[in-house]
Amino acid sequence: MVDITLIEKINIILSDEFEVDIEVIQPDAPLMDTLDLDSLDLVDMVVLIEHNFGFTVVAKDFVGIKTFNDFYNFINSRLDEKRESPD
Amino acid sequence: MARVVITGMGIYSCIGQNIKDVTKSLKEGQSGIGIDPEREAFGFRSSLTGILPKPDLTKVLDRRKRNSMSQEAAYAYVATAEALKNAGIDDHFLDNREVGILYGNDSSALAVVEGVDLIREKKNTTLVGSGSVFQSMNSTVTMNLSVIFRLKGINLTISGACASGSHSIGMGYMMIKNGLQDCIICGGAQEVNMYAVSSFDGLNAFSVRNDSPHEASRPFDADRDGLVPSGGAATVILESYESAVRRGAPILAEVLSYGFSSNGDHISVPNIDGPKRSLLMALEQAGLKKEEIGYINAHATSTPIGDYNEALAIDEVFGSHKPYVGSTKSLTGHEMWMAGASEIVYSVLMMKNSFIAPTLNFNKPDEASSKLKISSKMVSCEFDHLLSNSFGFGGTNSTIIIKNIDTNSY
Repeated sequence: MVDITLIEKINIILSDEFEVDIEVIQPDAPLMDTLDLDSLDLVDMVVLIEHNFGFTVVAKDFVGIKTFNDFYNFINSRLDEKRESPD
Repeated sequence: MARVVITGMGIYSCIGQNIKDVTKSLKEGQSGIGIDPEREAFGFRSSLTGILPKPDLTKVLDRRKRNSMSQEAAYAYVATAEALKNAGIDDHFLDNREVGILYGNDSSALAVVEGVDLIREKKNTTLVGSGSVFQSMNSTVTMNLSVIFRLKGINLTISGACASGSHSIGMGYMMIKNGLQDCIICGGAQEVNMYAVSSFDGLNAFSVRNDSPHEASRPFDADRDGLVPSGGAATVILESYESAVRRGAPILAEVLSYGFSSNGDHISVPNIDGPKRSLLMALEQAGLKKEEIGYINAHATSTPIGDYNEALAIDEVFGSHKPYVGSTKSLTGHEMWMAGASEIVYSVLMMKNSFIAPTLNFNKPDEASSKLKISSKMVSCEFDHLLSNSFGFGGTNSTIIIKNIDTNSY
């Protein structure tokens, strides 16, 4: 279960970066289509995650992320991993 | 051979960010030069620079388009949007015609420095973001504008040092004249930041009149001590006369010739012979007598040797005929990669509005400039043919001659 505060934070970050209305970001909505992402935007997603959550991912980590819900879970699990092994 | 005309112009410079404001500044002799306080702390001898705002494109272009744009590409976008609007070129025209772009640019240092600094800090190349590569390449202006305006013709950056903007217009002129294109967006862009000009400062090429910015750029004056770096972007829409007439476009002026040469000499010190050959080539190609030239916009950057040799070259070519010679760099500083294009815009504005901008700070001629007719005050006068010189490192020279077409004010 992802904390609502984290979901709200993610929604604001995605809305600001990719310039979409925050209302269109819904848990079951498709991430790529809703944000109109292409391969270049995934590079910026890597930057965005590093900047806002302090961990580094690679583009292939996004494989399997279809919806915003998947994305929330992905961020949440990586934050959990970070908390468990801070180094 | 096709006739080549100018149907639109746009400008983003330190003396104004549109045609109207720039015309006013030229007429009133307003300097756009100021101080960048960071430069002294960074190790510069000179803190002088053209001062211009950063364009705010947040409500104009979407994130993806903005993300790829360097500082100079943003300047060029604003100048080009104005030029296309003034030329009456709309989306329908851009989508249905083969419009090209030839734009002068010779660096994108800010994007390179910022990108490499970030990679050095993060130890991860992905974290530089997707836009950095498109901001960092020399062709940043043409690659961005060709996408934004959906251009389908020639798509090329011209790098010819401080003559880049002029060569872009010259090359565009040649392509249209020879029937290869109907309409080309030409121009020049120059980033304005300390990284772009730090090594230039190291050559002792810049004025060090840090305490009097408006008096620092003084082309042809005996007390000049170097140039003032500046920048922005200038766009000129070149079009075949037939195309312009067919669509009822405003025709401002006609490009009559493009003279060019290489000094084949020193990498930074200009000579007399190279520019002289460029001038003579332009005059011959235009089929004009030298007496028909009413105004020369000199390259004259305010460096001791450059202005001196250019004055001698002009004097040797024009002899007893003394057209007005001016340097708008006295107001703008040296707009470098942009200068050859912006000075065409400035000169055409003067020709269309019957005045010659003052060459600021020209108080005391030297031995060479005393041979020329230079005014430190604005001169009201009509002229129908102008000549614009642009020279660059490596001894690259370009001379453009333009004729007034009297049907449209600007």
